[in-house]
Amino acid sequence: MDRRSFLKTAGIGAASAAAGPWAHAARAQSGAIRIGLLSPLTGVLAAGGKELVEGFELYWKQAGTKIAGRDVEVIVEDDASNPDTALQKARRLVEQRDVHFLVGNILANTGLAVSEYVRGNGVPYFIPVVAADDLTQRKRIPNVVRVAGYSASQMPRPLADYAFNRKKARKVVTVSQDYTFGHEQCGGFAQVFTELGGTIVQQFWHPLNTADFSPYLAQIQASGADAVFAMETGADANRFIKQYADFGIKGRIPLFGAMNLTDQSVIRTLGAECGGIISSAHFCEGSDTPATGRFVGQYEKAYGKLPSLYGFSHYSCAMWLAEAMKRISGKVEDRAIFLKTVNGVTLENSPLGRPVKLDSYGNPIYDVYIRETKARPDGKYWNVPIEVYPSVSQFWKYNPEEYMKQPPYSRTFQGIKK
Amino acid sequence: MRPGTRLALVIAGLAALALVPAILPGYKTSIATEVLIFAALAMSVDILAGYTGRVTLCHGAIFGVATYVVLHYVTVAGGSVWVGVVLGVLAATLTAVVFALLAIRTSGVYFILLTLALGMIVWGICLRWTSVTGGENGIRGTVRPEWLADRVHLYYFTAMCFVILAWLMWRFVNSPFGLTLKGIRESESRMRTLGYNVPLHLFIGFTVSGFFAGIAGALYAFFNSFVSPSTVALGQSVEGLLMAIVGGAGTLFGAIIGSALLIALENFVSLYTERWQMVLGFMFIVTMIFAPEGILGKARSLLARLRDRREGAG
Amino acid sequence: MSMTAFQLLNGATFAALLFVVASGFTLIFGLMRIVNLAHGALYLFGGYVGVSVATWTGSFFPGALAGAAAIAAIGFAIDTGLLRFVKGGELRQVLLTLGVAFVLNDIALVIWGGDTFSVPVPEFLEGPAQLGSMVYPKYRLFVLVVGIAIFAGLWLLLQRTRLGALIRAGVDDAETVDAMGVDIRRVFIYTFMLGSALAGLGGVMGGAFLTLYPTADSEILVFSLAVVIIGGQGSLVGAAVGSVFVGMLATFGQVWFPELAYFVIFGPMAILLAFRPLGLFGRAA
Repeated sequence: MDRRSFLKTAGIGAASAAAGPWAHAARAQSGAIRIGLLSPLTGVLAAGGKELVEGFELYWKQAGTKIAGRDVEVIVEDDASNPDTALQKARRLVEQRDVHFLVGNILANTGLAVSEYVRGNGVPYFIPVVAADDLTQRKRIPNVVRVAGYSASQMPRPLADYAFNRKKARKVVTVSQDYTFGHEQCGGFAQVFTELGGTIVQQFWHPLNTADFSPYLAQIQASGADAVFAMETGADANRFIKQYADFGIKGRIPLFGAMNLTDQSVIRTLGAECGGIISSAHFCEGSDTPATGRFVGQYEKAYGKLPSLYGFSHYSCAMWLAEAMKRISGKVEDRAIFLKTVNGVTLENSPLGRPVKLDSYGNPIYDVYIRETKARPDGKYWNVPIEVYPSVSQFWKYNPEEYMKQPPYSRTFQGIKK
Repeated sequence: MRPGTRLALVIAGLAALALVPAILPGYKTSIATEVLIFAALAMSVDILAGYTGRVTLCHGAIFGVATYVVLHYVTVAGGSVWVGVVLGVLAATLTAVVFALLAIRTSGVYFILLTLALGMIVWGICLRWTSVTGGENGIRGTVRPEWLADRVHLYYFTAMCFVILAWLMWRFVNSPFGLTLKGIRESESRMRTLGYNVPLHLFIGFTVSGFFAGIAGALYAFFNSFVSPSTVALGQSVEGLLMAIVGGAGTLFGAIIGSALLIALENFVSLYTERWQMVLGFMFIVTMIFAPEGILGKARSLLARLRDRREGAG
Repeated sequence: MSMTAFQLLNGATFAALLFVVASGFTLIFGLMRIVNLAHGALYLFGGYVGVSVATWTGSFFPGALAGAAAIAAIGFAIDTGLLRFVKGGELRQVLLTLGVAFVLNDIALVIWGGDTFSVPVPEFLEGPAQLGSMVYPKYRLFVLVVGIAIFAGLWLLLQRTRLGALIRAGVDDAETVDAMGVDIRRVFIYTFMLGSALAGLGGVMGGAFLTLYPTADSEILVFSLAVVIIGGQGSLVGAAVGSVFVGMLATFGQVWFPELAYFVIFGPMAILLAFRPLGLFGRAA
């Protein structure tokens, strides 16, 4: 499948974009619904980015590409895992290709750059994976909606609880990519963990696309920690897991990870070195819930591999948006109504096997699984659920108003209770 | 070139600039704005690379420093836009001063490598000094004043600034000082023998080119409303250099052609294929083998040959 | 104490990899005065070839051989097919190699895509080794050993063979060598191929513990530049010293000054270029 555009109408789209303003009026309500899909097809998140597109396209392949008589056209652009490129491509999609709305991106910094852009022009932007907390907390932008998504600090909190109460961890070292998503995941973990009585011994922050973790691994060994929480995505996650095992730390210090660390897009190419890592997520490909099993089977059949978080999220997102578009008979030009409808959808047939809807701040509430990486009979590794924390929102057990009084998580504020 | 021809060209150029929003409406006007900003960067690179014969790989960093300062000052520190612009240009010029002091003792390949290293240092700082530069997130925020919010207004403002910048740079490279720079490019030892203070000339040339790159960087802040480490990365300097060289090193206005060609081509090519990097690479290889003097340089030499032949045939 | 020993090994093993790559770069730079900005792309391309061959044959060593050989061939093509058209123009050559880097990178993107690849490591080199009280990855130790072996091999080549003598003479004064009737063109081609082969080999070696991805080329190029500038062009010992310097700075810089990690490497490079442009061991032509 050609990456650049889903339907062959892309060529027509380009030609009509070049034709200028007079073609615009003619296209209006009866033309194709154009969706701009931004994804990192190169760069540190390339593996995940590819799956983002696959997951999104799988839905349309299954459900057909017509909504209320209009064709659905998906135009894919590569954001190169880079916020500047993401911004450029977003502009191009909106201003040159006239898309009706934007979907996608993975890295929080790319998502934030695009969010700022759409704040200025009101184009709807749906982010199933971009998890920067504040987009549904203190700095909400009305036309940015976390469809079938999650906020960064939402997921690691149950993990902190599990690590402290079940695994008796008391002194944790965190290793993380040094950007918003990393700060927020570690913050979510650190706040709960320290409130329960544990200590965060040390925190390591490294740039995206770090090839060599040896300096950090040396320090982890010397730190006296009894557990490590690693927040890595994409190629960094892959390298970290490998090097963690190569340096002999695996098996000596238990490794807890953000869900991105043990995502399929990362562990698919790994072997025994990725076994036994505990993470937390709403999506668990090894879950025995019938809806999940069905989805995993279909995905495996279509693409020859197990679905990752990115594939799953965008599949769900496509499902969600299709539902919303059907309800308004495909009239996506009316942004206000479209956004209102999207916000009001309850996704009944989610592959998670439970209905998903947004809380009053625009972020979904999920049952979060504690997962462990295990080998399947065929030798492939996947995440299986070992416990579940029901109905976790982006605010955990905190009162939303009280919670939002504390500053957003950052390098300097990790919610650590003194 | 005869003064009459030159005047005609200038008027034609200004007319073309003025008509852009009408001929290239909508998104294309934004592209034109971008072309002008990067043309300014490429021209500043040309002052050093073309006129002085010192190929530089740090002007992207100098450009980006201005962008960072403007965005930080206005968005994070909450200051006024125009003060921010002044600070941005000042910061860029200061960066150029520091770089110049280190670089004037080198030439040729070592100059390239040194400027590359200096640019990397700036990039590293922008990447890791998260509290000030936002690190991987960059700094985002609309800094252009309200009356420039419309893209056509922004275009005309940028075009006006560009015309002034181009005029200033043109006067600079054609001044006696600029001619000295050319002399240095031809033969440094000869200039020294003739009594010129070569290091001082290099220093001033570098700083002035940095000053212009800084103004371009401030304009970029208006245009992009976002800055990240990519803006100061090596790739940015390489792009500026490519524009100057493909357009024609030492011609100053070749840089405009280079910028327009690269940006328009990238937008056009990207509609049909993802292989833009390959196209760019081939373009560069071909230019270096067949036309190292760039498009404008080649055009000039062809014109000169035509003229000679015409005169000789009489 | 053990932490420092650990970090020293980290620095040394990274330095070994840098040396393999930078030695190729410095030979080309020293002899032919060409700053080959495509050197990083050659590293990456070689690594990718290594991944494919190693996966296909199921073994690391054919992959390493294939990587080196393929890049030697590409080096030959670049030198005879492109660089000879820009002879004599130092800056034109540099900029041409930049164009070559772009093209090579894009070709690699087409063939292997944007994913991150890892060169499969032979079984006996997987996992940690026990060094007294310390545990350290076997593969990184292997890289260290190979780096030292390549240094020895290159040293022998330069000091004990005719080709090596010609290379050394050419680094000192290529014109005189040419005037003496030696086919300096041949020497240039062999040197370019050797330098490229080293880059390709480095790609396969590095690809096993640092992985390969579309921007790895500019990262390794920039490090190679730092090594060669600090060590001096055309000097093997200089490349070795420069590699150790940069390798240690990169490792300890990340530990002690994570905020200033890049400054710690490029600062010395910039200062050296400004005040002692020929590096620690370079000599003027």
